Amino acid sequence: MAIAQRTIVLGVAGLLLALVPPIAALTNQPFYVDLFRRMMIFAIAAVSLDLILGYGGMVSFGHAAYLGIGAYAVGIPAFHGIDNGFLQWSLAIVASALTALVMGAISLRTSGVYFIMITLAFAQMLYYLGISLETYGGDNGMRLAARSKFGGPIDLDRPMVFYYVVLAILVLFLVLGGRLVESRFGMVIRAAKSNEPRARAIGFSPFRYKLTAFVVAGSAGGLAGALLANQTEYLTPEFMHWTRSGEIMFMVILGGMGTLVGPVIGAVVLLLLEDVLSALTAHWQIILGPLLVLVVLFAKRGLFGLLLGTASRDG
Amino acid sequence: MAETLLAVRGLSKRFGGLLASDRIDLDVVRGETHAIIGPNGAGKTTLIGQLAGDLRPDAGAIRFAGRDVTGFDAPLRSRLGLARSFQITSIFRDFSALDNVALAVQAHRGGNFRFWRSARDERALREPARVVLDSVGLGTRAGVLAAHLAHGEQRQLEIAMALATEPRLLLLDEPVAGMGLEESQRMVSLLGTLKGRITIVLVEHDMDAVFSLADRISVMVYGRIIATGTPPEVRSNEQVRRAYLGEDATPGC
Repeated sequence: MAIAQRTIVLGVAGLLLALVPPIAALTNQPFYVDLFRRMMIFAIAAVSLDLILGYGGMVSFGHAAYLGIGAYAVGIPAFHGIDNGFLQWSLAIVASALTALVMGAISLRTSGVYFIMITLAFAQMLYYLGISLETYGGDNGMRLAARSKFGGPIDLDRPMVFYYVVLAILVLFLVLGGRLVESRFGMVIRAAKSNEPRARAIGFSPFRYKLTAFVVAGSAGGLAGALLANQTEYLTPEFMHWTRSGEIMFMVILGGMGTLVGPVIGAVVLLLLEDVLSALTAHWQIILGPLLVLVVLFAKRGLFGLLLGTASRDG
Repeated sequence: MAETLLAVRGLSKRFGGLLASDRIDLDVVRGETHAIIGPNGAGKTTLIGQLAGDLRPDAGAIRFAGRDVTGFDAPLRSRLGLARSFQITSIFRDFSALDNVALAVQAHRGGNFRFWRSARDERALREPARVVLDSVGLGTRAGVLAAHLAHGEQRQLEIAMALATEPRLLLLDEPVAGMGLEESQRMVSLLGTLKGRITIVLVEHDMDAVFSLADRISVMVYGRIIATGTPPEVRSNEQVRRAYLGEDATPGC
């Protein structure tokens, strides 16, 4: 029954997102295509964090690092005149995967606060690396020379096309992620999250599975970064700043950890609130902060949990 | 004499000033139920921890099924057939009872790098898990979230998880601890059905359970094994009476 509900929420959400461009066109508000595309890009990053945070119990506080790596993997080749999208996006995924491999291999040997600190430190290291790249704008960043080129009908300079590319990637990633967490592999990392000594006692060596999940999440984060660079047509080390990592984590918690769909809702709601509230006051975080506190206190499964009416499901 | 499945030689473990394991020698014969008793703080759980691979001994060696496993970690020992239950119930609380056992089956079947097919749809995992769950008397509770099971049922579930790994040796750390009379009788009769089929090392304070299950008993005091023998031998051992049974005939209740 929960599965059916989940599918319904997923279907409705997908349909609504698919309807955004035509509605925006009809109402003559092209701005919304841009906004929702941005939401979906952050949703991809948030869902990838949820894979390791919600299902693997790995509180990675450095997830924005992959956004930056992905963005620079598009921006640097573009700066040198290489605008092939397949190449850039592959580079984004591979570079993020390798970074995740190193970051995970070190940080996963620790746990708790140490794990959080190491992932945070790694991301900050990359942030300062970005600042030191004078050729590519240093701490000012740089304009993206040109959006990624794929040829044929896939022209990211056309807002609608770009929008549906992002939507397709998001949906594909949700489907793949949904399979992954229910698979044997997914069960191992969930078991390790639930009770690691017990998982070890029945014969699982969790490290390699956690590391694999960490790399998968990093790769997807890198792809989100490649999309983000194309979205903003600008890239700066700020993409990797720790506050950005916090924002992605905020989306996951707000939407519902360990639900995959929740972080999508979290990304949409957070960016929407940011948009609405920042129009009202410059201190919009003052309203946002208490909101998160309320969600954490009263909805363990986040907004998605409230939607399903199973806020207190887990034990 | 029958084949030795587990051989411990000179095992020592020190925590600061406390010698928790003091040159322990222990032989567990294939098929026997070997109880380890002793007052609180005698070092029984420390011994179990070292046998299971959670604690690294300072000195000594552990041979299991003819292999030196001293340097092996817990998951590896588990995959070699050394299963355990914990003194404090340790289960996957946010999974169903059947999931718990299916995970134990999966851990020993390998193939953990499968990303697509739902593990809950795999008959190869679910059916053996169901059989084991039935065998410990939890067949009707398969779909219940482990956290919602009664305490006694959770202990049974732990046994089921251990059994699902098809162990050659079962390390049980106080399986009837914290149970009511009825629950503990059910557990003792469950363990009775395993007796002889699986080699068991049983740490237990409940003397009724120990004397009804054990083929041999080792008595630990202050990190040392002071006597090993059949229940009548241990009962009549003068040293044991003085060190342990004499002081308190029903310890650890």
